[in-house]
Amino acid sequence: MDLTFDEAEEAFRAECRAWIEENRPDPALPSGDTREGFGLHRVWERSLFDARWAVVSWPREYGGREASLWEWLIFEEEYYRAGAPQRVTQNGIFLLAPTLFAFGTKSQQDRYLPAMASAEETWCQGWSEPDAGSDLAAIRSRAVRDETEGGWRLTGQKTWTTRGAFCDRLFGLFRSDPEAARHRGLTYFLVDLRADGVTVRPVERLDGDEGFAEVFLEDVFVPDDDVLGEVHKGWEVAMATTGSERGLTLRSPGRFMATASRLVDLRRAAGDSVDPAAEDAVVRAYIDAEAYRWQTFWTVTRLAEGERIGAESSLVKLFWSELDVRMHETASELLGSSSELIDGPSADWMKGLQFALAGPIYAGTNEIQRNVVAERLLGLPRK
Amino acid sequence: MHFAFTEEQIELRNAVRDLLAKECPPEVVRRAWSGGAGRTDRAWNAMAEMGVLGVVAPEAIGGIGGDEVDLVGVLEETGRAALPEPIVETAAVAVPLLAEAGDDRAAALSEGGACASAIAPTDDLAVWADTADLLVLFDDTGVHAVATSDAELERRHSVDGARRLHRVVARLGDSTRVGGPDAAALAFDRGALGVAAQLLGLGAQLLDTTVDYAKQREQFGAPIGSFQAVKHHLANVRLALEFAAPLVYRAAWSIASRDGERSVHVSMAKAHASDAAVLASRSALQCHGAIGYTTEHDLHLWMKRAWALGAAWGSAPGTAAASRARSCDDRRPGAEIMSEAAPYCTERTRRGRAWPERPGPKGQERES
Ligand SMILES: Cc1cc2nc3c(=O)[nH]c(=O)nc-3n(C[C@H](O)[C@H](O)[C@H](O)COP(=O)(O)OP(=O)(O)OC[C@H]3O[C@@H](n4cnc5c(N)ncnc54)[C@H](O)[C@@H]3O)c2cc1C
Repeated sequence: MDLTFDEAEEAFRAECRAWIEENRPDPALPSGDTREGFGLHRVWERSLFDARWAVVSWPREYGGREASLWEWLIFEEEYYRAGAPQRVTQNGIFLLAPTLFAFGTKSQQDRYLPAMASAEETWCQGWSEPDAGSDLAAIRSRAVRDETEGGWRLTGQKTWTTRGAFCDRLFGLFRSDPEAARHRGLTYFLVDLRADGVTVRPVERLDGDEGFAEVFLEDVFVPDDDVLGEVHKGWEVAMATTGSERGLTLRSPGRFMATASRLVDLRRAAGDSVDPAAEDAVVRAYIDAEAYRWQTFWTVTRLAEGERIGAESSLVKLFWSELDVRMHETASELLGSSSELIDGPSADWMKGLQFALAGPIYAGTNEIQRNVVAERLLGLPRK
Repeated sequence: MHFAFTEEQIELRNAVRDLLAKECPPEVVRRAWSGGAGRTDRAWNAMAEMGVLGVVAPEAIGGIGGDEVDLVGVLEETGRAALPEPIVETAAVAVPLLAEAGDDRAAALSEGGACASAIAPTDDLAVWADTADLLVLFDDTGVHAVATSDAELERRHSVDGARRLHRVVARLGDSTRVGGPDAAALAFDRGALGVAAQLLGLGAQLLDTTVDYAKQREQFGAPIGSFQAVKHHLANVRLALEFAAPLVYRAAWSIASRDGERSVHVSMAKAHASDAAVLASRSALQCHGAIGYTTEHDLHLWMKRAWALGAAWGSAPGTAAASRARSCDDRRPGAEIMSEAAPYCTERTRRGRAWPERPGPKGQERES
């Protein structure tokens, strides 16, 4: 056991820190879940890409630095520590990219990876449908073979598509074989949202931003080149992506450590008038963020040795999502009556609370994750 | 960065697990409840023979020459078995304390020829003190090792009938002192780490037992483990243990490597491990129903140990009364976190932990 970073890693940390401090937008950008903010975030993403900070762990040919998993974690810690902007490219670089690396052809990788890393092309996820939420295998949007054109025609509706109103492309599952059993007969497609037959309707989220969208598809042509993985094998491909969403790649510890730290600052600023129970909650949040960090280091050591993690990613998702809610609720307690304000210095906490509350819903609800833990890790019988 | 145990460390832990499965099954813990000394004899001797008591003792005095990272998994297994022995007090606290002080008594302790009890600076009572040869006691000048024969003991009774508690009256002075405030702080950290490790083991044992029961017990024509409410109780326990364990292992490393933040790391570990084990107890009982509510069932052996250890060597935040929330005289990490700049956002300041100013534990007299 050695719980120190080596010199090269410390140097990497210093380099990250210096660049981010120097280049971080100040004042902070408006929310990336609005049209105006999204455009400004694209510019920021482009500058990250140009300095090779957008996707540090990727191969050089696609804009990365071939950084180790440890270095990637260090980058994330520094990024959130500095309060740098949210990553509007996340659905591409953190969720689709791991799947493209695992299942994509070389020409798909060449075509899509650099453009997604530089934010030239932004991606949204198309899983959920009006009748398919937790029960994702219930999706109905269909893909019909078009032999003459050499591709597929998609028809149906996707919903709750994050930043769908601003993004260029969508990845998701469509039913290509209506005769097959539920989890079979699905195919993973990469869809151009500018194509004929696509209509996108923005939907306002809880926090008032147009962060959601409904995507309607009517006979939308997708060429064979934009099928990811094998035809009718989309479920397996999709599961690889949802694993990334629940686990490490989307929610590295850095972001929760930074929130915990800001919570400690908030407690200090409150002086002596703090309810001991609220103070206790601050301390707990801080310890929980530490626990999350060290559990991640424990896991990354295993990954670095070639082990794979499976249903454990459900534990990770439960932990970060509930920690995030607790931290923001604690902030509300400390802020007292000013917690309701959506202007002024405390507004970020209310914004953050509303976002945190989504954590137990997206990426597989926490009820579903607890079922997964009980059935797959503890071996309890399925109903 | 490499956060994992070595093959040898895993082998040692597994060997201890196998040994305790044989020498300390629930019947043996039960016997300690009713038996004279409240201990095991055979399990203790077998552990001594294996060299487990001397894991952190230097080779020069016949020990293994290991450190807390080697020991932490072993202690976890003693928790799993609810071993009714002062192994934390002896192997984790007294052995390294005395060895570092150049005190001869370390050798006998690490070989199993003698054993020690202790009263943590947060606590008032010593466990198995009547059969211990030596008592580790703290006051504001440091840490002391007192022969039990020189102390007066008064028996108190724990909810965990295997834990034979004693109030201790002893004279502490220059002749009994084996270390100053720094040594005392280190000894306290070692004890708290040891108990945190045992709590992890207890939590895991409670979870495993309950998962087995939930698969086998049927109601409404189905195993109760197929009901979502039961699943979620047990998933919560798994979750709590999953995130407590890395804090405990990290704290072990921090002690072994003399990290400047060692005491805060130990506090965090103890806080999480206590909460996880207490949650495991509550959930285990709930999922067993009435059969878990009888002393005829083994569940209570682990549950009561978890309650006792959860509160010993400093309790978790949240379980501590609100009035104690801001005091520094507990194993709570709050004071450190609040008073120190949070390391995530501000430069880390290296510092020694201020030893809490409080009078010596109740019942101890000091030489004037
Ligand atoms: C902020 C946010 C962003 C999102 N972004 C995207 C996106 O970009 N792309 C996308 O495709 N989707 C997105 N989603 C949708 C998300 O994937 C779904 O909300 C999620 O899968 C749950 O589905 P549902 O909302 O239909 O809830 P339902 O499945 O209808 O569930 C409602 C309630 O019932 C419970 N429940 C359902 N089944 C079970 C069961 N078997 N056992 C116990 N409880 C159960 C659920 O846990 C939940 O509490 C997003 C959601 C949010 C909140």
